[in-house]
Amino acid sequence: MLALVSPALLVILALIVLPVGWLAWQSIYHDGFTLENYRRVFTEDIYWRSFALTFEISLAVTGIALLLGYPVAYLANSVPKGWSILILSLVVLPFWTSVLVRAYAWLALLQRTGVINQFLRYLDVISEPLALVHNTFGTVVATVHILLPFMVLPLYATMQKIPGDLMQAGASLGASPSLTFVRVFLPLSLPGVLAGCTMVFVLCLGFYITPELLGGGRTVMVSMLVSRNVELYNQFGAASAVAVVLLLSVLAIFFAVSRFISLDRILGQK
Amino acid sequence: MTRISPARIALYVISALVLLYLILPVLIIAPISFSSARFLTFPPPSFSTRWYQEYFANPAWMQATRVTLTIALLTVVIATPCGVAAAYAISQSRLRIMRVIHMALLLPLVVPIIITAVGIFFVYAKVGLVATLPGLVLANVMLGLPYVVISVLAGLQSFDPAQEMVARSLGMNRLRSFFAVTLPQIKSSVVAGGIFAFISAMDETIVALFISGGQYQPLTKRMFTALRDEIDPTIAAISTLMTAASFMLVLAAGARQKKGG
Repeated sequence: MLALVSPALLVILALIVLPVGWLAWQSIYHDGFTLENYRRVFTEDIYWRSFALTFEISLAVTGIALLLGYPVAYLANSVPKGWSILILSLVVLPFWTSVLVRAYAWLALLQRTGVINQFLRYLDVISEPLALVHNTFGTVVATVHILLPFMVLPLYATMQKIPGDLMQAGASLGASPSLTFVRVFLPLSLPGVLAGCTMVFVLCLGFYITPELLGGGRTVMVSMLVSRNVELYNQFGAASAVAVVLLLSVLAIFFAVSRFISLDRILGQK
Repeated sequence: MTRISPARIALYVISALVLLYLILPVLIIAPISFSSARFLTFPPPSFSTRWYQEYFANPAWMQATRVTLTIALLTVVIATPCGVAAAYAISQSRLRIMRVIHMALLLPLVVPIIITAVGIFFVYAKVGLVATLPGLVLANVMLGLPYVVISVLAGLQSFDPAQEMVARSLGMNRLRSFFAVTLPQIKSSVVAGGIFAFISAMDETIVALFISGGQYQPLTKRMFTALRDEIDPTIAAISTLMTAASFMLVLAAGARQKKGG
């Protein structure tokens, strides 16, 4: 049996465990042991600002995705099967288009000469084009778009397991629909909220393509810090230290959340 | 429950708007790709296939397309058997270490891709695999493995291992009984896993940005560079083709999975 897993395991060891280990080593070793790279990451302003911005954007994206995703998951759960399949298909449809394709679509929509600005000017709502892209706004709009399915799917999976009887019991005891929602349904859906929020937050922390293309160079997220240190400045040690801090943040979040719900649930395998 | 409450109406409206937000960007690409305008204008001034012609006439885009398809095909050919073997072993073995190995095989989904990309770049730089086809294929095999493993494990869950025992008690060896009894029954999830690995390889961008170069640059890398430097409607044509291709593949995978397994 071990022989059967060995090819797959070998690929994983050679192409993810070894490279990440290499990064970790490189972050602390340069002609001898050094913590200089970490000192820079934790004290220099650009690094701090980038980490802070990344966490802020990730929090905002997670919050918006929850606000947008919860009603959709709720609706999909409360309509007949045919409708819920349609709703879920629409949710996963963008999932299967490349992230690059969607970045292009958002550029086409949000640019100064883009569809939305042209439409608003045609309606005489605005006289000057709005700056919708090449800033944090554009990054957040496109990032939420990409990550929303990761929120809706675990929410829907959790809601489906909530027995309908409980809501009826609440109603029969005299609670209004909103009260049964707040006291019964909402608390029971919290594991799904936690799973969805974790996935969206963690994925957002490492986002690269979308902020790079829609952020206009001003929204420097941590991933861009890593790539610039490698490609532009040849600062491999600094890039590695940033990567290690990012990875540890992600693992710490997974570990913290796994104390409340199983990892399988977060990764959407159940 | 027959009367529709205001809260219910609000739920319908909000959900409709969110769904519109989700699908509008996907739908907007096709009309742009058939527009004659050099810049993004809406509505498109006239119908034209010039961006498709530019794509097919451009040797750089064609070379990138060949590279992408080669990588994706080789990825499937390598990742599928490795993933199936691993999933089979994980589901059959009662060894405790299998649980750890299972988690390890899902690592590509957990580690932020930018970190994986930079790490692979450093390792490849040492062993001379940067800007080579084998290097690109190997990286995509690693990224595609979790999809095969997850899909096949799901298929194996509904398979009764006792059937294989029967075959073996009738004299087949383990390998033959796997191919004669087990594989036909999990075929659908194997094919679905392979298709997901193909799509993953076709769409992969970030690792390619770091480790590809020269003549071995996949479509996504050229698209990324083109999008960053100057927005060219040829990308709308390529995007439309890519989206159509991946939808057809997903439908194929979905149809496969529904048939059983």
